Amino acid sequence: MSNIKYILGSFGDPDEMLTGIKKLQDNNISIYDVYTPMPIHGIEAKLGVKRSRLDIAAFFFGITGTITMLTGVYLATAVDWPVNIGGKTHFAFPDFVPITFELTILFCAFGLVGSYYASTHLFPGRAPRVMDLRATDDRFVIAIDAKQNAEHDKIDELLKSAGALEVKHNERKYISYE
Amino acid sequence: MGTHHYNLSEQFEFTGKVKILSIVGIVIGLATIAYGLMGDHVSHERTYANLLLMGYYFACVCMSATFFLAIQFVAQAGWSASILRVPQAMAKNLPIAALILIVITGLGLYTHNLYHHWHAEGLTDPNSPHYDSLIAGKAVFLNVPFFMIRQVVFMGSYAIFAHFITKWSYNEDLTGGLTSYNKSFKYSCIFLVIYGFTTPIFAFDNIMSLEAHWFSTMFGWYNFASMWVSTLAIIAIVIILLRKAGYMSWVNNSHLHNLGQFIFGFSIFWTYVWFAQFLLIYYANMSEETVYFHKRFNSYEFWFYLNIVLNFLTPLLLLMDRDNKRSENLLLTVSIIVVCGHWVDYYQMIMPGIFEFGTKDGSGFGILELGIAAGFVGLFTYTVLSALSKKPLVAKNHPFLQESLNHHL
Repeated sequence: MSNIKYILGSFGDPDEMLTGIKKLQDNNISIYDVYTPMPIHGIEAKLGVKRSRLDIAAFFFGITGTITMLTGVYLATAVDWPVNIGGKTHFAFPDFVPITFELTILFCAFGLVGSYYASTHLFPGRAPRVMDLRATDDRFVIAIDAKQNAEHDKIDELLKSAGALEVKHNERKYISYE
Repeated sequence: MGTHHYNLSEQFEFTGKVKILSIVGIVIGLATIAYGLMGDHVSHERTYANLLLMGYYFACVCMSATFFLAIQFVAQAGWSASILRVPQAMAKNLPIAALILIVITGLGLYTHNLYHHWHAEGLTDPNSPHYDSLIAGKAVFLNVPFFMIRQVVFMGSYAIFAHFITKWSYNEDLTGGLTSYNKSFKYSCIFLVIYGFTTPIFAFDNIMSLEAHWFSTMFGWYNFASMWVSTLAIIAIVIILLRKAGYMSWVNNSHLHNLGQFIFGFSIFWTYVWFAQFLLIYYANMSEETVYFHKRFNSYEFWFYLNIVLNFLTPLLLLMDRDNKRSENLLLTVSIIVVCGHWVDYYQMIMPGIFEFGTKDGSGFGILELGIAAGFVGLFTYTVLSALSKKPLVAKNHPFLQESLNHHL
């Protein structure tokens, strides 16, 4: 058995790539992922990608911000250093609605940026994980896990017949660590 | 792009139970008005207050439907091309709604049941015992002839644009081509400028002048948010009910998703404007401004908080999730709550200005409120559905129709 890890079919045209996806799926070959230089409408549904849980994360980051601000402002204005401002109660809730809103947004935004970096391994100083550099430029790439799908020749043939300009057998998952 | 087989000349048939119910509603409304006008002075005032509430609501919904159309044209939006006939049917009723509101405000002024705060004997006469220097200072703007001229000019100009924008869409069905679309685009741009500058004044005239001593520059936008979000909710209700009745099979979850996002977003916008007005007054704590909220806190506390629950918390919590926006039943429920919520919103804008001490002064929630609301709901249903039944349910030559039929989020 060869030590090929991934088979990459590189297409010059998104419609040909969609044909390739369909041919592979018709032959029960599981697709690892697809890399395209631009978003392609409806491709998530075609590949059966699970719905992102980013919105749930966003909610919890946001609610953390709300709770942090309200706790902080309560401790500051009502417990630690109560000051009479305009004769209002020490913890005058309406006054703090705008800042609570701002902190909710801030926590949500920073939390989501952090989640994005964590899930894509994009950190400063670290080489980004890319399987085929031309997928960031002008090629539409289908990646197939070579260990899970044994019929390599058949995969090559299917990709070529769909219009793949190039089929690569990579021994490493990511080529961009150099 | 999938293929689809929709019947693009499908037409709504306005018959049966809905027609009978809407006529029953109108009859109930008329009976309630007659009942209210037979009573004493307080009953008269309450009838007029409710007529103003529902007349204003009706006119605002028809105006904002025109605004919806104009926005879709100016943004060159594609997703909405297949649902435009519903707001068009609403915009087509703007002349009726405008006439009703003009009659209500005119009769209210004439019989001194509305706006008596700035329209009464001797308010602007320095020698009179009733002289009110604040009202006298505002009399250049707040006087009966200029008020009625403004009402007619504002709503008349909206109605002209509503007429043309709907007419060209019907012409487009017959002739096709881009001529109608381009004309609609141009007139929509002009309409948006006029509408944007005049709706705050329209709200100042109809609602804020009930309490003419008090003023708030946020009030116009606050009302704009109210009328816009309630219109979006009504458009959603009409579309979902039509779908449930077997029409408009081309409307899919993605169209509902867009409407849901609109309702969600503009409910938050409404809260933002409502709260901005409240916070500034609360923080500054100046007696001539706080009087507005003083009345609402003391005699209308329940309505005040109900307003926030219905118009902010409900859409916020129920429409936040993507699946909920795409669910027909949930969107319908939230839309109905929002429409009722904005009735409550208008209620607590109007009633404290007329009945300062709430139930002690004769305001309340009873036959008059329910009956007149039922009358206007019946009138709205009857007029909008008759307008809708006259033309096909989809503008088949709209240049973006294919985009809308294939709409997918």
